[in-house]
Amino acid sequence: MSQPAPHLHQGPTTRGIMLAAAACLAPAATWGALALGPSALRVLAVAVGASLAVELAIGLSAWRRCTLGDGSALLTGLLVGLSLPAYAPLFVPAVAAAFAVAVVKASFGGLGRNWMNPALGGRLFVTFSWPVLLAVRPRPASGWLRLPAGLADGSLLGGSGTLGLVSTLLLALGGAYLLARRIAAWEIPAAFAAAFALTVWAFGGLPAGDGLFRGDLPAALASGGFALAALFMATDPVTSPQGRAARLAFGAGCGVLSFLLRVYGLRPEAPFLAVALMNMFVPLLERLSAWRGGR
Amino acid sequence: MSQARSFPSGGVCPPERKSATASLPIRKACVPAEALLPLRQHAGQAARCLVRIGESVEEGMPIGRAAGPLSADVHASIPGVVRQLREIRLADGTASPAVLIALEGEFIRTGRARRPLDWKSLSRGELLQRVEAGGVVDLNGVPAAARLRGAGPARLLVVNGVESEPYLTGDQRLLVEKAAEVLSGAAIAAFILGAGTVQVGVEANKPEALRAAAEAAAGFGFEVIALEARYPQGEERLLVQSLAGQRVGGRLEESDFVVLDVGTLQAIHEAVTLELPQIERVVTVAGAAIRHPANLKARLGTPVSALLEECGLEDPARVIAGGPMRGFALSSLDTPLTKGMNGILALSRREILPAVRTACIGCGRCAEACPWGLRPAELYKWLEHGETAAARSRGLEACTECGCCAFVCPARIPLLQGLSAGKREGAA
Repeated sequence: MSQPAPHLHQGPTTRGIMLAAAACLAPAATWGALALGPSALRVLAVAVGASLAVELAIGLSAWRRCTLGDGSALLTGLLVGLSLPAYAPLFVPAVAAAFAVAVVKASFGGLGRNWMNPALGGRLFVTFSWPVLLAVRPRPASGWLRLPAGLADGSLLGGSGTLGLVSTLLLALGGAYLLARRIAAWEIPAAFAAAFALTVWAFGGLPAGDGLFRGDLPAALASGGFALAALFMATDPVTSPQGRAARLAFGAGCGVLSFLLRVYGLRPEAPFLAVALMNMFVPLLERLSAWRGGR
Repeated sequence: MSQARSFPSGGVCPPERKSATASLPIRKACVPAEALLPLRQHAGQAARCLVRIGESVEEGMPIGRAAGPLSADVHASIPGVVRQLREIRLADGTASPAVLIALEGEFIRTGRARRPLDWKSLSRGELLQRVEAGGVVDLNGVPAAARLRGAGPARLLVVNGVESEPYLTGDQRLLVEKAAEVLSGAAIAAFILGAGTVQVGVEANKPEALRAAAEAAAGFGFEVIALEARYPQGEERLLVQSLAGQRVGGRLEESDFVVLDVGTLQAIHEAVTLELPQIERVVTVAGAAIRHPANLKARLGTPVSALLEECGLEDPARVIAGGPMRGFALSSLDTPLTKGMNGILALSRREILPAVRTACIGCGRCAEACPWGLRPAELYKWLEHGETAAARSRGLEACTECGCCAFVCPARIPLLQGLSAGKREGAA
């Protein structure tokens, strides 16, 4: 069987896309480890290690091949680790990563066939399994860097449930690179951020009795996993729609749901759950925007 | 010429890689000791064989007679003796009967100057008959005569000098060196078609060809138009869209547009004014595994291996007949040069960049690259599950098999192969 045309190719490969996303998470991960110390590093290492191990085991046993090369397991592990607090007991990142790879991805047939972002699925599984363990609580100060309280407190894997300036900036930087290289579709984070900011600003003040247009925008944008969810999870090509209109609708849905879920309880995890919910609407959005051209 | 015109959406910009041959004049290739001439070098049925084993043939003598629509005559490309009649595999993998001629005797045409005939003394029917007798076939495998017979008078004849496939420079060189002959062919074609307007489309990245075409076109009253360098600009329907600003609904053959490439037009010119049948063609031999890339005017039936040897072959990862976007990887280098083969490329591993195939990750790059706004990955999935009807209802028939989708696919899914197979299945 001879090789089919075309004989040239352009643009990233699947592995290139996954590894680029992982590389764009690296600055934020490094910062988190420096600011929060060995506990954060252990969470990251366990999440990545478990993700790779489970992927390898399932690949070899079910599909008779090593699927680590596509890079998706590495990315999933990193995302799981980064989305968890640094004080989490180590079985939590292990379970989250294993659930992500084995149940959310592999049980549907592996890369490309899952309907929910694996890292999101794993993260939410442990959120609802051990809510108390992961509840917001003060962060133990054990970082390698001697940072002013405000900065350290705001690190990604910190306990306060907020992301903080530095981590948000580092994630935004990584995300911007992905958007510039067109590895991630800009429509999704743009609509996500716009819808989230708009709803927070307009209605965010209501629960506290502040009236319309009095929401605390900076706090909301720096909260929990917003940047992580908008730039790295909602943009997962497998679980987001194709086409500009569908992507804008998907992103906007994530934004509005993030706000609603934030108001009704889940502070750090709201954006994760919002993206997971919107993942369910992807087939519908795709169908609505299906090809309507004629000859 | 203000801004270069183009089609409205999709398309890709592959690396050009034309510099190795773009400035090299077309030169004559060595005459092969044996020519293997397939009787099917066109879209239709194989031509009916006119010769027997042991029979002597002269250069340019018909050895195959057109059998049915979209079939064309085949001529002996060298003088000699018929040694074998056998079934061979063509570049695209399909089978065809073929005639093997061993070189012997005298060249009766080559090297003898002939006075070109003034075609204006001939009637439409006589002109058409000469094109038919020349066995001229275009790059898509459609006999030129079939194009020119057409359904009714054409409004616009488009001279396709686009050549947007990487590496290939034969058409560009033809325009630079023989623009007058190409446009004379276009004038003949326009006369037969009754076409009021003739437009010459050349990509803006070929200024030398544009200039040569513009100089020659002045004498004919043709318009030369610079087009954006974007693959697949040379695709007929897109070219009509780029030039006429109008999308062709239905079959192009039934529209009032006719597109002919420059090589075919030059062959029409020779068939009419010199009564010279199509027994040669210009082929670009290039790629990193070729020591001396060249544009060769070679006899049809010359084995690919002989042409590669002439240009110096070293350790190719893949040899391709045609361009790198749509061409066929050759399983045998004994495959002969045919009427539609505009390139022979010997590519190294570094040029091909092989990558591992993965599952579709749904990134949508194929849909963005598709000039027809299709969703190739979705069509591929339907076809993979045997749902040809579902794929057709989602526009499969609009696919012109340009390969942009597979070119950008991160998962390296053979989308072009899958969609062409699906189209053939749907047509059957």
